Amino acid sequence: MLKRLILASVALLVTAVAGCGDSRNNAHGVYMLIDTSGTYAQESGKAQLIINYLLGTLQPGDSLAVARVKSRSFSEKDIVAKARFDVRPSQANAQKRVFRDNIDGFLKTVKGSAYTDITGGLLQGAEFLNETGAGTKTIIIFSDMQEELDKMTVRDFPISLKNIRIVAVNVVKLKTDNVDPRRYMDRLGAWQKRVEAAGASQWLVINDIEHLDSVLRR
Amino acid sequence: MTGSQFWMVWPDNAALSALVLAFVAMVFLYAARKPMHALLRSTGHAIGGPLRVGARWLLAAANEMNQRNKAVLLAHGRQEVGQRIEREFERVAIMVTRDLQGYPTLQRKLLDEITRIEEDYKKCGEVPPPPPDWVEAVTAIAKVKTGGGEMVESILEEIKRSVTRIHDKAIGEYRRSYESRHKILDGFMPFWRSVDKTLAQVDKKLTGLEDSAKSVDAQMAKYGQINAKTDKAEHALTVSAFTQFAIAFLVMAIAVGGAFINFKLIALPMSEMVGAGDYLTSSLRTSDVAALVIILVEASMGLFLMETLRITHLFPVIANLNDRSRRRMMWIALGLLVTLAGVEAALALMRDMLIADKQALVQSLSSVQHAAVTEGWVGRIPTAGQMMLGFILPFALTFVAIPLESLIHSARTVGGALSVTLIRALAFVLRILGNFARQLSRVLVSLYDVVIVLPLLLERGVKAFRGVASDDSDAADVVAARRGL
Repeated sequence: MLKRLILASVALLVTAVAGCGDSRNNAHGVYMLIDTSGTYAQESGKAQLIINYLLGTLQPGDSLAVARVKSRSFSEKDIVAKARFDVRPSQANAQKRVFRDNIDGFLKTVKGSAYTDITGGLLQGAEFLNETGAGTKTIIIFSDMQEELDKMTVRDFPISLKNIRIVAVNVVKLKTDNVDPRRYMDRLGAWQKRVEAAGASQWLVINDIEHLDSVLRR
Repeated sequence: MTGSQFWMVWPDNAALSALVLAFVAMVFLYAARKPMHALLRSTGHAIGGPLRVGARWLLAAANEMNQRNKAVLLAHGRQEVGQRIEREFERVAIMVTRDLQGYPTLQRKLLDEITRIEEDYKKCGEVPPPPPDWVEAVTAIAKVKTGGGEMVESILEEIKRSVTRIHDKAIGEYRRSYESRHKILDGFMPFWRSVDKTLAQVDKKLTGLEDSAKSVDAQMAKYGQINAKTDKAEHALTVSAFTQFAIAFLVMAIAVGGAFINFKLIALPMSEMVGAGDYLTSSLRTSDVAALVIILVEASMGLFLMETLRITHLFPVIANLNDRSRRRMMWIALGLLVTLAGVEAALALMRDMLIADKQALVQSLSSVQHAAVTEGWVGRIPTAGQMMLGFILPFALTFVAIPLESLIHSARTVGGALSVTLIRALAFVLRILGNFARQLSRVLVSLYDVVIVLPLLLERGVKAFRGVASDDSDAADVVAARRGL
């Protein structure tokens, strides 16, 4: 009887401690695109604030990648920093510190690019997020959403952003938008239409960085 | 003809159409009176009958359950009071053994002291020797007439001096004698005090014994009432069970609060051990479940500890273990409990470190840099407090076994009483519905007759004209209606 009781207690303890859950379905994958083209490169300070917010909010087991948007962005080389945070909080904190240092270094040396390939960045982001297998996938686009491609670059084809949330942050108004605000509305409307057609689960625009809490809302 | 006029015999005259239709309907309704009455009554019976049967069945079930509850309650009460009497007897036995063991010594002491007091008393009774016979001689001499003789006077003077000297000596002896007796009496005091103290002790012990005897008497009276299965005993036991349930529930609620604090202490550091990203369900973290399981295992160990100490009696198997196995199990449970308490203290420390690390990270990430605060030993107080809590709470949770046992035992009575009340209420509702269905059928029968009042009046007139007092069919209806009651 005594042996049985001890065995039952130990088995219960081992089962509890070992666990058998699936971490992927509850993990959050975030891919942030930073527009470095033209005058928008000056907004990098705000980008740092957003990345810091993400680092402070993302949980152990979540994934984060930051990539820059330049003339052609469909490339792993454009990923500035990426990390899948360890499930242990202490290790995750250490990874976040290293991540922050990498981003600080990048933002100090960022250079403007001639063109803006947002679509390429979205494709690269979708690929990265699908590989992480995270339950919630979010692409944050830190850009004015004005895509400019050179003649050689081909991006006018249907893309797949299935089950990915797309959040456009700090979509500043261009000079031409001030002249005719419809341009701004049309630009955002066109992007919304495009990402929804691509199967995105949500399209969100956040211009006030004080309201970043909705960025990671699941 | 519009849709709303389809029923009109004469579309232009709605009133006449309605009148004609009412007349025709009345004729048909009169013709169908008996079968309609039977239909309404049997419908009422069909609905009301099962409901009443259901109500009766529920009442019978409630009574049966009540009897069973009473039997269980009395058996439990008998066992409880029996145990209390047993304990009271054990206490009396201990008291009697302890006091009677010292009783011969006490008695010898008392006898010694009484003997000594008696001897001293006798010594006090020794009176000084009576005055010598020469007193009478002195008296005789005092009566001698001097007659102015010088010789006689000188003799008398001599005698006086001698007598005075002897008197002084006698008085001195007498005083010394009394002084010695006073000393003996003075020596009495400690013995009196000792006797008084000894007798007070005896009185105290006898009073304690008397109180225990009274308590045993009261418990025996209660036991007798339970054995006699009186309503008073049942009521008292039920009230006691409700009170116990309420108190145990309150204590359990407090214990749950303690367990919650305990959970909060170890949930975060458990994520360091089992990972923070693992989920059992969409919102249930493995680390939370692990922390909860640790607390439940601690509570179980506490329960086993209480069982092996024979404070609680939830598991008859443990209670029936031989002393050696029981003691071994007690040490194992205690060992595991101490280990888990140590683990919790370590986890509490880790929690503090993790929070500090997270705070440092958040501060480094925030745009506004805060100056580092040096807390010194004051800053370590919360850490020490958390560690202490982590170590103490598992042991505090051990005592949950006692209210848990009370809760389980009293829940049987409380649950039984509430179930009986619920079933009786349900039976009452079913009975009301059954009666309502029957009464409704009667009301509908009467309403039917009200609708066809004209043909009925006509029928009554015809019968009166023919001289028939009452129709057989009506009489049959009345009988049927009464049976329905």
